[in-house]
Amino acid sequence: MWDWNFTISILPEILSALKITVLATVTSFFFALILGLILTMLSRVRIKSIAMITRKFIDFVRNTPLLVQLYFIFYVFPQYGVALEPFTAGVIGLGMHYSTYLSEVYRGGIEAIPEGQWEAAKALNFDRANTWTKIILPQAIPPIIPVLGNYLIVMFKETPLLSAITLVEILQTAKTIGANSFRYLEAFTIVGVLFLLLSYPSSRLIRSLELRLNKNR
Amino acid sequence: MKPMFSYKKVSKSYDELEVLKEVDLDIEQGEKVALIGPSGSGKTTFARLLMTLEEPTSGVIEVDGEPLWHEKKNGTLVKASEKHLRSMRGNIGMVFQHFHLFKHMTVLQNVMEAPVTVLGFSKDKAMELSKSMLDKVGLADKLEEYPANLSGGQKQRVAIARALVMKPKIMIFDEPTSALDPELVGEVLEVIKEIAKEGDMAMLLITHEMDFARDIADRVVFFDEGKIVEQGSPEKIFNQPETPRLQAFLDRFNSR
Repeated sequence: MWDWNFTISILPEILSALKITVLATVTSFFFALILGLILTMLSRVRIKSIAMITRKFIDFVRNTPLLVQLYFIFYVFPQYGVALEPFTAGVIGLGMHYSTYLSEVYRGGIEAIPEGQWEAAKALNFDRANTWTKIILPQAIPPIIPVLGNYLIVMFKETPLLSAITLVEILQTAKTIGANSFRYLEAFTIVGVLFLLLSYPSSRLIRSLELRLNKNR
Repeated sequence: MKPMFSYKKVSKSYDELEVLKEVDLDIEQGEKVALIGPSGSGKTTFARLLMTLEEPTSGVIEVDGEPLWHEKKNGTLVKASEKHLRSMRGNIGMVFQHFHLFKHMTVLQNVMEAPVTVLGFSKDKAMELSKSMLDKVGLADKLEEYPANLSGGQKQRVAIARALVMKPKIMIFDEPTSALDPELVGEVLEVIKEIAKEGDMAMLLITHEMDFARDIADRVVFFDEGKIVEQGSPEKIFNQPETPRLQAFLDRFNSR
């Protein structure tokens, strides 16, 4: 049955692994935010070959499992001289995978901007870079912040996959504790509760953010 | 004298549809030209070509003697680069039917942004200029409002100030009052009239307000089916129309 003393004794170890989980999530998310925006821009450039290659890349990444991508980065790349730490490989894999989803979110935000905004920017002689940074993105990003936030939570819940490439995050830690003590119940319960404790308030926060953004429009 | 703006055999087609058919037109410095004609006659496309929002299918548009959509390379005209287009575009301003204000910026920011970002003015100078423009269009008390809180007439006056602050040599007004409630039309026409009086900026005014065209235009140009059918002084166009098509167009208008 449930052993409170054991629970308390394993808590510090799991909490220290939580730091790695959170750090991997946040780093991957920012990587995905930036790469996603770059992919969106590249898929819209006027040089058709670049736009097409970008879209093919997005399709490819979205239609293959994240786990396969992680294995490739961690186990296959070293054969070609690119050996990465588990953390780095995990951030690249998770970030790249979700960047393709975020790029769709950005695309939706950008396409919602009426053509007239582009035309007004052109009539005022803005160059392309300033049209993006001063006119289009400041209007395209705020409405999609809630969706981006949801992806942060989704990515957080995907981090146990990183244990497959030996990153010692919380699930991996719990598994090791279980294997060493033959007690799985407490360790896995703590992991579940921790995910819930972090995900649920975050999704509430995003929900209220969404309501506020919609009110101002 | 050489015209400031010159269309030479300019055509525009969308696939099979020929919207403009070898149109020629010269506009002098400071000249106020009104374009009238039925919808679909090509007058908006004609203006959008000058603003570089659409590219002509054939023909040349010149601004102060220099081709707008083309560059001279080794003696021949080739398609203009974005750099060339940007250097020419500064001569031209436009006020749109649907205003197209930047919704995420206040009234003052809407007007100030281009002088700072595009012309490289200091914030102080741009703000001073923008405030005086907004004062001119009667919106000095709305500087910190967002476009969503303005009436249509106020929005269009902000759009006019925003275009005006860039000091173009020609200003295109594309049906500036067509999207407005009838009671708001007057305030916008009043502002445009004031600007027209100031002189040295040319205007290309697409409008269905015939009285207004008569008031401010030096010349009225009648478009139909992608061609200029008739042009002349407002007196001539409105009082002694020569072509049956213009007569029919004006009759339809007056009978409304």
